[in-house]
Amino acid sequence: MTTPPGIDAATFADGLAAMRSAVGDEWVFDQPADLNTYRDFYSVLWGEPEEKLASAAVAPASVEEVQAVVRVANERRIPIYPISTGRNLGYGGSAPVLSGSVVVDLKRMDRVIEVNEDNCSALVEPGVSFFDMYRHLRESGSKLMMSVPDPGWGSLVGNALDSGGGYTVAGYRGHFEAVCGIEAVMADGELLRTGMGALPGSETWQQYRMGLGPCLDGMFRQSTLGVVTKMGFWMFPTPEAWLSGSVSVMRYEDLDELVRVANELEYGNLFNGMPGFSSPVLTQENPIAMAMIPEPEVMNRMVAESGVPAWSFSPNFYGPERVIREQWAYVKSRFEHIPGVQFAETGFVDLPLSPDDMERIHKPRFGIPSLEIFSVGSRGYGNFNPSDGHIWFSAVIPRSGQGIIDANRVMRAECERLGLDLFMFAPAVTCWTRSFVLFAAVPVYKDGRNEHLRDAVREIIRTCASHGWGEYRCPPAFMDDVMEAYSFGDHKLRRVNEQIKDALDPNGIISAGRYGVWPERYRHLRRDGGAA
Amino acid sequence: MKVLFASVLLGAALSLSVAAQSEDPQVAHGRQVFERQCAPCHGRGPGDDRSPMLPGTAALAEKYDGARPAALEDRSDLSAPVITLFVRRGSGAMPFFRASELSDADIAAIAAYLQTSSAD
Repeated sequence: MTTPPGIDAATFADGLAAMRSAVGDEWVFDQPADLNTYRDFYSVLWGEPEEKLASAAVAPASVEEVQAVVRVANERRIPIYPISTGRNLGYGGSAPVLSGSVVVDLKRMDRVIEVNEDNCSALVEPGVSFFDMYRHLRESGSKLMMSVPDPGWGSLVGNALDSGGGYTVAGYRGHFEAVCGIEAVMADGELLRTGMGALPGSETWQQYRMGLGPCLDGMFRQSTLGVVTKMGFWMFPTPEAWLSGSVSVMRYEDLDELVRVANELEYGNLFNGMPGFSSPVLTQENPIAMAMIPEPEVMNRMVAESGVPAWSFSPNFYGPERVIREQWAYVKSRFEHIPGVQFAETGFVDLPLSPDDMERIHKPRFGIPSLEIFSVGSRGYGNFNPSDGHIWFSAVIPRSGQGIIDANRVMRAECERLGLDLFMFAPAVTCWTRSFVLFAAVPVYKDGRNEHLRDAVREIIRTCASHGWGEYRCPPAFMDDVMEAYSFGDHKLRRVNEQIKDALDPNGIISAGRYGVWPERYRHLRRDGGAA
Repeated sequence: MKVLFASVLLGAALSLSVAAQSEDPQVAHGRQVFERQCAPCHGRGPGDDRSPMLPGTAALAEKYDGARPAALEDRSDLSAPVITLFVRRGSGAMPFFRASELSDADIAAIAAYLQTSSAD
C-alpha cells in the first residue's frame, strides 16, 4: 500500500479504517483498480515516476461525512485532496497535486439544494454537474439560464473554484464572479459559511455577497484552505432573444481602435454577451488556431489579395429583441469612422430555442452543456488518434490590440522554436471581466513525448512572465512554475498565502501544493526545494 | 409553433412513460444512466442536449469504418465486462469513470440496456 508522505503505514491504515466508519466500506478506495480511476487522464507526467497519484480515495455523501473525514485526516496529519466531479481535465482531472494524498471525492454530494426563481440564484453541492443542473432547470420549468464551460461535463462548484469560464453574459460567464455564498469544511472539521450565510436565519445568502468584514469567498478560489460543500450562484434570467454581430476591418493598423472601442462599449454595458476577437485572414487555414501575425505590409497584402478581413470583433447581445437591435445599431455606429469597416448580423435567435435552432447553435452560449468540443482534437485511439488528450496554457495578457499582437507573436515564435504543437490557439478569450486570456491547447501523449512538452511549457511560462503575462490557471505539473512568476516583493503573494495556510491548516492536510502554496511540513517538495 | 413543440414533447414523454412501465427495471435504469452519462458523446441521435454532433460516435465511425456500428446503442457485443474495461481504463481522449460517478451496477445496467436497444 502506498502511504502519504510522512505518514507511516499503521497510522494510514488506522485513518482509512476511521474513514470507512464515517462513510461506509464501499466508499473508501485503496485498491489499484479503483485508484487507477483517480489518475489525471491527461497528465503530462503519465506513467512516469513523478506522476501525481492518490494513495486512497474516499467519497462522502454529506457535509457531516466530509467533516468526519477531515477530522480523521487532521488528527493523523493525513494529506487530503478534495475534488468535485473530477472532470477538470486539462488542468489536473481527479488526481492530487501532492502524490500520496487521499482524494476526497465529492461526486456523491449531488443535490441541487435550491433554485430561487425570484432571486435568480441557485445553491448546489459540489457533485452537481452542468448536465445535472441543466436537467434540473428543464424539468422544473425554470426561467433561468446558467453559464456552462465547454465541455460541460464538470461541476458547477469545481469549475467556479478553479476559475473556469463560460460563454454567456458578463458577470455570469466568469464562473467565480457569479458565486454568492460558500460553505466549506475547514481543516479542523468546523463548518464556515461566507457572506450572509454566517448570519443564522438570513434569507440573503445568495443576495449580498460581501457579508461583514473581509470577503472570504476568495480564500477558496484555487486554494488549499477548505473543502467546499455548498456554493451559491447568481443566475441570468433567460432572455427573450440573442443577437450576434461582426465588425470587420481591413487593415493591420485597425486592431488597436477596434479593441479600444469594443472595450469602451462593453465597459459601458452596451452589449452584455461574450465578445469575440479574431483575424479572419489568419484563420483561413485553421479556424481554431490563429497563425502568426505577420508584419503590417504582409498582412495588408494578404487582405488585399484574398478580400478576407484582417480583424473581426463579434459582440453578442442577450435581451428583448427591440432592445438588442437598438444596441447593435449603436455599436455599429461607433465603428463607422474606421475606413472600410464592414458589419454583419451573424446570428439571431428568438428564445426559447426551437429544435432547428439546436442544430445550428453553439450550445454553451445558451447555457446548454455539451461535449461537442471533443469533435476537435482527440478522437479515440489508433492511427487516427492525434493525441491522448490536452492541457491548456492560459495566460492573462493586456486587453488591447497590441496585447493581441504581442502575445500571438511571442507564443507562436516560442512554439516554433521549441517544437511545441498547438491544436487550438486563441490569443484573446474574454470569459472573465475586463480581461484577455491567451488560450492554447497543447496535445499530450502517453508515449514518452511529455518530457519535452514539460520543458517547453516551462520555458514558455518564463518567457510569458518576462513580458508580464501570467497564467490564470494551469495543470498541477506547472503550478509551482506559474506561481514562481508572481514574484513581486520577493514572492510576497506566495508567502502571505503560505502564512494563511499555516495558520488555518497547521497540519497542512488540505490540497498541499495546489497553485504553488505548500504547508510548512511539505514546503521542501516545491519544485525549487522550498527556497523562496 | 412553440405550443405545438410542447405538445410533441408531452406526447413523447407519455410514450416513454408507457414504455417504461413495461421495461425491465435494470434496463430502465441502464437507459437512464446511458442517457445521462454516455449519450452526450456516444448517442446515436440528438443526445441529452439534442446535440447532433456526437464526438464519441463520430470517432468510432472513423475507427470502424462501417465494420461495426458507430453508435453504442446499435451494438449487441458490449457486455458488462467489456464496458467495464473501457469505462474504468479510459480510451483515447475519454477519461475513466470512477465508481462514485458510475457504479458497477450502473455499468451492468448499461450493458442490459444496450442488449435491448441494439435489438430495436
